[in-house]
Amino acid sequence: MAQIKLSNLRHSYMPNPQGPQDYALKEIDVTWRDGGAYALLGPSGCGKSTLLNIISGLLTPSEGQILFDDQDVTILPPDQRNIAQVFQFPVIYDTMTVGENLAFPLKNRGVDPATIKRRVDEIAEMLDVTDMLDTRASGLSPDNKQKISMGRGLVRDDVNAVMFDEPLTVIDPHLKWKLRSKLKELHQRVKATMIYVTHDQTEALTFADEVVVMQEGEVVQIGTPVELFERPQHTFVGHFIGSPGMNVLPCEAKGDRAVFEGHEVMLEGPTHGDGGRTDLGIRPEYVGFGDTGIPAHVTKVSDIGRHYVVSAMVGNTALKAVTEHQVPEPGSEVFLQFNPEQSRVYRDGWIATEERAQ
Amino acid sequence: MRTENQKAWFFVLPVLALVAFNALVPMMTVVNYSVQETFGNNQFFWEGLGWFEQILRSDRFQAALGRQFLFTFLILLIEVPLGIIVALSMPRKGVWVPVCLVLMALPMLIPWNVVGSMWNIFTLPKIGLMGYFLNDVLGINYDMTQQPLSAWITVIVMDVWHWTSLVVLLCYAGLVSIPDAYYQAAKIDGASPWSVFRYIQLPKMKTVLTIAVLLRFMDSFNIYTEPFVLTGGGPGNSTTLLSIDLVKIALGQFDLGPAAAMSLIYFAITLLVSWVFYTLMTKDDAQ
Amino acid sequence: MKKRSLIPILYIAFLMLPIYWLVAMSFKTTNEILSGFSLFPQTFTLENYITIFTDPTWYWGYINSIIYVTINTVLSVCVALPAAYAFSRYRFLGDRQLFFWLLTNRMAPAAVFALPFFQLYSSIHLFDTYLAVALAHTLFNVPLAVWILEGFMRGIPKELDETAYVDGYSFPRFFVTIFLPNIKAGVGVAAFFCFMFSWVEMLLAKTLTAVEAKPIAAVMTRTASSAGYELGLLAAAGTLTIIPGAIVIWFVRNYIARGFAMGRV
Repeated sequence: MAQIKLSNLRHSYMPNPQGPQDYALKEIDVTWRDGGAYALLGPSGCGKSTLLNIISGLLTPSEGQILFDDQDVTILPPDQRNIAQVFQFPVIYDTMTVGENLAFPLKNRGVDPATIKRRVDEIAEMLDVTDMLDTRASGLSPDNKQKISMGRGLVRDDVNAVMFDEPLTVIDPHLKWKLRSKLKELHQRVKATMIYVTHDQTEALTFADEVVVMQEGEVVQIGTPVELFERPQHTFVGHFIGSPGMNVLPCEAKGDRAVFEGHEVMLEGPTHGDGGRTDLGIRPEYVGFGDTGIPAHVTKVSDIGRHYVVSAMVGNTALKAVTEHQVPEPGSEVFLQFNPEQSRVYRDGWIATEERAQ
Repeated sequence: MRTENQKAWFFVLPVLALVAFNALVPMMTVVNYSVQETFGNNQFFWEGLGWFEQILRSDRFQAALGRQFLFTFLILLIEVPLGIIVALSMPRKGVWVPVCLVLMALPMLIPWNVVGSMWNIFTLPKIGLMGYFLNDVLGINYDMTQQPLSAWITVIVMDVWHWTSLVVLLCYAGLVSIPDAYYQAAKIDGASPWSVFRYIQLPKMKTVLTIAVLLRFMDSFNIYTEPFVLTGGGPGNSTTLLSIDLVKIALGQFDLGPAAAMSLIYFAITLLVSWVFYTLMTKDDAQ
Repeated sequence: MKKRSLIPILYIAFLMLPIYWLVAMSFKTTNEILSGFSLFPQTFTLENYITIFTDPTWYWGYINSIIYVTINTVLSVCVALPAAYAFSRYRFLGDRQLFFWLLTNRMAPAAVFALPFFQLYSSIHLFDTYLAVALAHTLFNVPLAVWILEGFMRGIPKELDETAYVDGYSFPRFFVTIFLPNIKAGVGVAAFFCFMFSWVEMLLAKTLTAVEAKPIAAVMTRTASSAGYELGLLAAAGTLTIIPGAIVIWFVRNYIARGFAMGRV
């Protein structure tokens, strides 16, 4: 168990990186609390797997340090870092039984047979695989294989952190939630720091206490699922998290108001900064309908179960609103009302309004 | 997965016709000869299983068979581990990989009698590179035309030179199909290089290794041209392997009956040993 | 990393030495060869190659070999394609037995077939023709081609066939315009192995020919014995037999390793 600290971390796959565009990871500074559950969320190619491999020691970063409980492990090989990693595709040793698979990391470290047996039985019980201990691992279903590769990580009681690299990719949808809740349960039992890499927001938001959202090698926001949803620090977070994502509407900023398609919109607080490109960000959940407000033309209404997604045009800009009742007809003219508490201005992508003092 | 369809036989018909023509007709000829005696003039007399008995009892056949098994055993003993070692130490990607593969495959693409001639030229005392080096530089008395041991070593080294690459290529194909995650997981699990080989690389190479061992067994057991061109079976009969002996009897002495009986015994042994190898090596999968 | 790459380097050096010696010999004069050891040709000569390219008995040997190898490769792949398709797509009476029987022919010692082949092809008046050698070599090349192609075809999902039929393709049109392009790597690998085994096989090729279709390698042995031991000439002829194989392998370099690995045991 350890606190993990990444300090001024940068990585490039090129031998002589010229500018920021050559870096797969740009300047990462994060501290992860001992025993926390974290998710690294971002689209493919955002650098999250690179970051994971740096933490596990499969890659050595070009610059910066990794500290486990203030011990510098930057150049330590993976087996000396006491970490465990579960990969996208289940890695199991085909010729061994399930039990031998689970015992393998302990055996390699010369642990005595009695302890090995105790730990393997414990982990098998935790993972509900006790009845499979003597079967050959090669014949198992993907979800059981993934459980075994997880178990190989958890079997050591000295693990600093367990890392998951999109572990549910090959699992059938109906088993995904089962495995996910198993993970959550395991986290509560073993209390190791867990880092979960995924591009699926549902997985990230349900698993983690804190989510790290990454884009193009940069961390754009770290926060609890609620924070990410309620107050995105970057338009990317707003757009990436939530379904449908946040509306990002070109606007002009004027004090604590924004002018969007000629209409004035109240913001959560005063804007700061100058120049750059400004956008008004508001989640569809906070766009309502009323008798007055911003006139809009409804283009499409989709019923997605619990609520309706209304697509509308204000001038030449398209936006979406989510509503549970009060459903307008497609083709009709309506008035939209933006919730001021949830209306923000973003300058060059980054948040530029201050929260109004309460 | 596959659907039941008897019309599929039409697709197989051309192959069947071709192979049946090439395999069944000659095989019937051989069976026919093997039970008859001839004194020329196309006159044949029923001989029963006499030839088979004579062949199986003859010292000459037993000696050739013994040499054949020794040869094949040594070939497998050297080529399979060597092939695995070379495949393991090859880089897994990079510009050198295709170059390595092409250079390694080159010996397999040389006509078999050229291989024999080539090694003949290579090992000639005084003139050949290897012959000169062994005799005049290292001072070892080496002459393959006089010493049976030298002849054996040369035939074996030649076959290692000729065919180890097949094992390398097959094992390499198995190795590159292992995803990186396996090596990474092994690193994290603290596995030693031996464990990585034993639990990751070897199991993944198993299929191709089975193919490699089978092919090397069949081809080394049936070998004829290269050792015949290199040593002619000599000195004496020391390198007369089964095929060489068979051709001597059939085309040299024109003893059709014994040659035919020997052919059938020979073929049966090849089939039997291949089958045993195959069952042994795939036994684990069946469980 | 450095230490590990030493093994392939040493291995390749071991492979190249005899080949180097053959090539070096081919550029030496007979006098130089017989006078003793020299690592490099002292008096570089093209005499041996000129002899080969001007003497019809020599260069026809090459042409003969290339002709029957080509016939064999085309024939083997063409008959193997439908059969491999059947094995990969359908179950039918005796399919497994048939497949195994085909493979047993790969196990037959060529020496067993030498004499019966001579009699068979003589009796149907094909002795000493290209076709005789090409047909004889199908004995071991057709099973191999079926085996390799079947492995590649099994990798193509059956849905491809079904989609094509739904789209109204006839079987022959589907096979040629849709299916073949999908397995062209497999066809390349199969053709390569057929070429290789037909090119290197000598016992049957020599037995089935006399004058008209005599392969280059057979010419080599005769010339070597009748015209004294002309090592330089022999080496030059040998060097030239390496070239076609080297050209062909360069084309399929990215597939050679996969060829066998995909087949079914």
